[in-house]
Amino acid sequence: MNINTTKIISLLFFIFSVFYLYTAYQIQVFAFDENAPFNARTFPIYLGYAGLFFSGLKLILPDPNTIKVDHKNLEYKKTGILILIAIIYGATILKVGYFLTTSLFLFASYYFLGERRWILMFLLSFPFVAAFMYLLHGILDIYLRDPFLQSIGVMG
Amino acid sequence: MIEGILIGLTTALTFQNILMVMVGCFFGTIIGMLPGLGPMTAIALMIPITYGFDPATGLILMAGVYYGAVFGGSTSSILLNAPGVPGTVATSFDGYPMAQQGKAGKALAIAAWSSFAGGTLSAIYLLFMAPSLSKVSLSFRSPDYFALMILGLTAIAAFSSKGQFLKAMMMVVLGLMLASVGQDSLSDITRFTFNNMNLTDGISFVLVVMATFAMSEALTIILKRNDPTSAAKQVSLTELGSIRINKEERTKMYKTIPRSSVIGFLIGVLPGAGATIASFLAYGMERNVVSDEEKEKFGKGSVNGLSAPETANNAACSGSFVPMLTLGIPGSGTTAVMLGALLGFGVQPGPRLYMTNPEIFWSIIMSMYIGMVILLILNLPLIPYIARILAVPKNYLIPLILFFSVTGIYVMSFNNFDIYLMIGIAVVATFLRLYDFPMPPLILAFVLGGLMEENLRRSLLLSNGSWEFLWDRTLTACILATTMLIVVWHIYKTFKKKN
Repeated sequence: MNINTTKIISLLFFIFSVFYLYTAYQIQVFAFDENAPFNARTFPIYLGYAGLFFSGLKLILPDPNTIKVDHKNLEYKKTGILILIAIIYGATILKVGYFLTTSLFLFASYYFLGERRWILMFLLSFPFVAAFMYLLHGILDIYLRDPFLQSIGVMG
Repeated sequence: MIEGILIGLTTALTFQNILMVMVGCFFGTIIGMLPGLGPMTAIALMIPITYGFDPATGLILMAGVYYGAVFGGSTSSILLNAPGVPGTVATSFDGYPMAQQGKAGKALAIAAWSSFAGGTLSAIYLLFMAPSLSKVSLSFRSPDYFALMILGLTAIAAFSSKGQFLKAMMMVVLGLMLASVGQDSLSDITRFTFNNMNLTDGISFVLVVMATFAMSEALTIILKRNDPTSAAKQVSLTELGSIRINKEERTKMYKTIPRSSVIGFLIGVLPGAGATIASFLAYGMERNVVSDEEKEKFGKGSVNGLSAPETANNAACSGSFVPMLTLGIPGSGTTAVMLGALLGFGVQPGPRLYMTNPEIFWSIIMSMYIGMVILLILNLPLIPYIARILAVPKNYLIPLILFFSVTGIYVMSFNNFDIYLMIGIAVVATFLRLYDFPMPPLILAFVLGGLMEENLRRSLLLSNGSWEFLWDRTLTACILATTMLIVVWHIYKTFKKKN
């Protein structure tokens, strides 16, 4: 059997299915439901076995369409930074508020992706987010929590 | 039916809804043009906007985005030989050679008129077929629905990724597993939450769509150093040529359009098949039915070769609404996203939709036609300019996609956990995409997971735990036999290919 990344992913999926199946068997059902034809754990158990079946087949059967990825050509650094910025954005959005965090997120993302046209970067972050907020909050009446704007009295 | 059409027209022809179709078509066209960003991403990005509307308006907006994205894909196929969506790959076979001969304007016009005609004809087919099918599907029972869902999931796995059936089936199972997180709908017992309160209500559909499509597509573009907008910079407005179609070309289109629209619509109705297969089949069929002289022109700028796939892919889009509206089972990834959005609005699609919510049912059908007219008016004269607008650098495009994704989740839950979960799923999805694990089967499975469990529960309870319900009814048995054939055939093909 030829070991390639697809097989490794299939193996991981197989292990995940074992874990899923084990957890499915641990689901607590009501006593009167224990021997019922169908209870809360029935469907997940079938799913666990289905996961084992298909990932097992993928592991055993030959892989005629092997995918080769050239990792040297992949941009891990920028992708990682972008994910990190998104995580920081997610962590601060509730506490700081939508407007400031979103604008800073956009500005930082443009910067880390290599953009240096400052005026355009600014226009496509702060005024853009303000306009989008107006569309959502002002026109479409979708509530946007923003402690920062509330603290400076811009938002009610 | 006349009453229904009038209800649909009354809803669809309000100022707000016409505006939504226009906005949807416009943004759909732009996003559809970008290679890699297809209709699913376009619709997913629109979901936060639809929160502020009633279900009919929200659905009309999404339908407009869908047609626009398919048409946008054709434009980049013709002008850049870079299909925006898989459904428009066949368009580039003759569209791009025509553009290279200095007839890009003509190719765009042929594509626009063919799309319009294909979409219009299929909207008419849908108009007649959907209510009748809804009546027929009222006789469907839980075992039939369960079998039909398995068939739909197997079919989408079979068609969504060439030669990667097992990978697609693994994605189906993963989608169903994700759908099983949270409270059991009947007993309220929590499953797979690991005592995390944030998971009690399950994983949000919008979160999964945003993570697996919008966000992971943006990350993939960065990771692979792709620039979907770079090709658009080459578009020159001076090289487009005339958009006039002469009499001889029109005559060819008159013959091609009706047959391609029928093929497209029927393929679109089939679960999992969709626009890609429809366009390839229509192209292949057209090549077989034209004269030998015309056959020689295929691949070198044939009018028939361009018109056939364009008609078929638009017809397939309308066709894919049939199973969603009549059975409540989406036939494609894109309609699965729409189904999820409908469920989010509290509307349950299915055979009773056209009785309980006729304004939604009919307004979607009528808005399809209006969408086609608007696409024609909007795109034919404006397409070269829209193509130029696309020269937005990816440095701006990617953050904006991420911003729309996070906003979608933020306005829905006001919860940090959901944002982290979305980023986590997006990272896994990006990695899986690198190795050709398809995402549409995952989405379809996620949407159908709850319904599937519900129908299995009813079937098993009615048959006292016996699995005989799978072959008790002829209809159920036939559907499952078809599913088995697909599974066995694909596994056999894997073996055969190796040997």
